[in-house]
Order: sequence, then structure tokens, then C-alpha cells
Amino acid sequence: MKLWKSWVIATKDFSIFRKKKRILYTLIILPLLISIGLPIIISFMTQIDNPTTEIISLLNAFSYFYIILAFIQSSTLASYSILGEKIEQSLEPLLATPTTDSELLFGKTIASFLPCIGVIYASSIIFMILSDAVTYNTIGYLFFPNLSIAFILLLAVPLSSILSIQLSVIISSRVNDVRTANQLGSLLFIPFIGVYLLLVTNVISLNIINLFVISIVLFLIDAVLFYISKAIFRRDEILTKWK
Amino acid sequence: MIDAENLTRKFGDLTAVDKLTFHIKEGEVFGFLGPNGAGKTTTMRILACLISKTNGEARIAGYDVSDEADSLKIRKIVGLLPENVGLYDDLTAYKNLDFYGKLYECSETQRKENIEHFLRLLGLWDKREVLVGTFSKGMKQKLAIARALIHDPEILFLDEPTANLDPESSKTVRDFILDLKKEKKTIFLNTHNLDEAHRICDKIGIFNTKLMAIGSPEELEGSVWSNKTIIQLEQMNDKILKALNDLSLNNIRTDNNKLIIDVMNPEKENPIIVEAIVGAGGHVQYVTRLSPTLEDAYLKFVRGNK
Repeated sequence: MKLWKSWVIATKDFSIFRKKKRILYTLIILPLLISIGLPIIISFMTQIDNPTTEIISLLNAFSYFYIILAFIQSSTLASYSILGEKIEQSLEPLLATPTTDSELLFGKTIASFLPCIGVIYASSIIFMILSDAVTYNTIGYLFFPNLSIAFILLLAVPLSSILSIQLSVIISSRVNDVRTANQLGSLLFIPFIGVYLLLVTNVISLNIINLFVISIVLFLIDAVLFYISKAIFRRDEILTKWK
Repeated sequence: MIDAENLTRKFGDLTAVDKLTFHIKEGEVFGFLGPNGAGKTTTMRILACLISKTNGEARIAGYDVSDEADSLKIRKIVGLLPENVGLYDDLTAYKNLDFYGKLYECSETQRKENIEHFLRLLGLWDKREVLVGTFSKGMKQKLAIARALIHDPEILFLDEPTANLDPESSKTVRDFILDLKKEKKTIFLNTHNLDEAHRICDKIGIFNTKLMAIGSPEELEGSVWSNKTIIQLEQMNDKILKALNDLSLNNIRTDNNKLIIDVMNPEKENPIIVEAIVGAGGHVQYVTRLSPTLEDAYLKFVRGNK
């Protein structure tokens, strides 16, 4: 496998993403709103009596939100990256080049993964700085960075992003427009929302063990989806069976 | 250079390509004629290693299209112009070609030289920094041809290269293909355009799921019917008909004062026929030679399959 070819494909997609304002806005606005909006919500919590426990619980729950965000953002980019080729009918000349299916799939994965991870990391840094700024006086120490957020950002977020990209490949083989792909992708993050609600309602806590379990589950799903998407992303399948 | 032996592709119960056998020599331009849905694009895709075959064999420059390692080698020496050009509208003409040049593993120098060469040749150099989304259909088609040639391939697969183009753009593209022919590129041309096929191709295959006929344009035309000679007389009479019957001609038909005669060798037989008519007292107003066309051959073979 020639990794440089995957990089050529990914950089081509980066150039296209830069030209599409809608993708840029989708990629930047939501993480930006979250990174600023969530600390504002937390700042209101500091007004209540004896708020430390609630604030810590909320900070953990909001940290988990980045796993969901990685899923949403990657889904958007992957839909454009793969369906964009399908819509512009550029898959045939692309598949005619001396590039293997794995190089293509990996290139498409990088194209969706890197911008998404970059934006999420930038957003999380803003979130952590602002959250620390608004909570320091109340809880008496800097909550971020901590082991949980490191675990989330370095393990769970990439796994969530990869899961989303694999699903997008599978969805792209059956639909013909980006919106439908995004809508179908959105349905698939409902389980993440379920976990999030359990966190907000303190049914489960965001400790390392739970994060580890979440990461293992994500990894296992990733592994299964990887084999399915690899089977689907074969030139014979793409040109004859993709609808 | 391109060999197919009983090449077959099925989609479920549907046979798209049925036991196709042909041989295309290096430097030959092969026209693949057939109606819509005949399986031409499927054949081209199999040969360009885009989809797999169900049965049979196909080799490009000696490489087996069904072998994974060979298929990468084939794709390096093959240039493809698909039916839908599939360019990136959000990239400039230059960036489109540069992207493909990289994937075809051209060096930076080769990419720069080839991009400039083909864009200048096709009249797109001044538009190199313009987004392809703003291009006309003809400009996109030319750019897609440049893309197919960016790595200087030995073999070209062109799927309907002039379809939906205005006459001027069609001519530019056709002339360009003729230039490629002079460079001894092996070209596999899918087309509906019989005139184009006649002008460009050395060999033509008429195909409708199965290969109905194969040969040079002249051979195919000749296979439809023999040449005919039409002679307009001032007045037809029995004496003339008797004189013609004495010549032991194959098939003589009359239509008022017009004679329609099948001839094998018009240059040799026509003077003898005219001499016989004049000798029988006939007055010849004009003599016309009627030859079968590629269209006649195409219709004969395609309809014969139905």
C-alpha cells in the first residue's frame, strides 16, 4: 500500500472542502458554538448554592459531548468525500488509476478524519480554557486537563470518528445525496445520545472504567464496520452495485 | 495488444457481454459499435480493470485483466475517457490534471510538461486556473481527454468521446484522436457515430451483447451487399434487357426506365454494360454507382440479432 497516494487523495478532498462554504461552516460552527456555549451554561451553574458537585457532573457530561461531536462532524465530511465523488461521477476515472481500493478508502478516511479531529481538538482547547476560567473560583482548582478528557480526546473521539466514517462508506453505497446520507448517519448516533443522557442524569459517571468500556465497544464496532466497508468499497461493487 | 477470448460478463441472470472474442494490434484504432445497452461500456470497464469478468479471458499488453497484480500494471499503461467525464468542478483545470498525474505516478517534471502540452494542444491553457465547474461541455470533454493522456498511456479507452458535443467541438476531439492515431497509440473507441468510426477506425466490431461482425470499415460495408450500378435510360425496351441478360449478370431489376444491376467489379463491368445497352439501341442518360455504407452494415448486423 502506497500511503502517499492516500495522502494525494486526501489533500485533493481538502482543497474541495475549502471551496465548499457549506462544509466549512458545518465543520467550524457547531464545535465553536459548543466550545463557547457549554462554558456559558456552566457559568450559570456557578450562581446556584453549593454547586461544585453539579458543575463537576456537568463538565464530565459536556466532555463526553465531544465523542458525539466527532461522530457528527466525521459523518458530514465523509458523506461529502465519498458521495461527492459519486455525485460528480468521478469515481470511474479515479478507479481507473493505478490505485488500490485500500489506498482509496484510506485516503477518504484521512480526508474526513483529520479535519474533524483538528477542529474538535481546537474546540476542546477553547472549551477547557473557558470552563476552567468560569469554574476555578467555585470549585477551587483547574478541572481541565484531566485523565478523563485525555482519554476522551485521544481514544474515544478518534474511535467515534472512524466509526462514523465506516458507516458513511456503507450508507454511501446505497444513497445518492448528501442530505439523506447525513440524515441516516444522524439516526445512528442515537445510542451515543442515550449514554449522554445517562451521564447528565448521573445514572452513570464518566470515570476511566466507563470510558474504557465505551472505547472498547467503539473499537469492536469499528472493527466489524471496517470489514463491511472494505468489502463494499471495492471497484467492482462501486461501479456495478452502488445505487 | 488487446485480446479477448470468450469474454463474458453476467449481472445476475442478465448477460451483458457474451463470449466476446477479438484481437487488436498495437497502434490499431478499434471502433466498438452497438446500440444503447449493448454492453460496450461494460466491455470497456472489464478491459480497463474496473469491473471483473464472469468467464473467458482478456489480456492487455500481455497482462491478465483478472489478475490483481497485473491489473495495476494495466491501469498504468491505459488511459480512460469514461462516458461521464467525472471531473472535479471545484478544482481548476490544472489541479484536476495534476491530481491525476500524481495518481498515475508521473514525476513532477513530467506532470508539468504534459499538463502544459495537452492544455495548449486542446486550447485550454488560458483556462488552466479556472474552476472546471464553469467550463462548457466541450471544454470538459477536452479536459477529460487530456486527463486520459496525462501519463502518456500506450492504450486509450474512449467511451463516446464526441457524444453531446457541438459540431466544432466534435471536430476538435476527432482531429485530436486522429493525431493520436498518428502517434501509434492503440485506441479502443466506443461510439454510436458511424461516420466518426469510418473516418478514424482501422477495424470495427459491431456488437450487441455478442460480437456480430468484425473487420475493416470496407470489409464490413462489402459484407452487406455487392455494389450496385444504376443506369437511367431514355426508354427501356426488351432488346436492351435481352442484351443485358446475355452478359450473365447476377441481378437485374427495372424501375420504369431505370436499371439496377448488382456488380462485383464496377470499374470492369460498368463499361461492358453501357456498351451492351448502346449496342442494343439504348440511350444512357446517366450511370450511378451505389455502394453499401457502414450504416447499412451496422443495421444489418444489429437488426439481424433481434
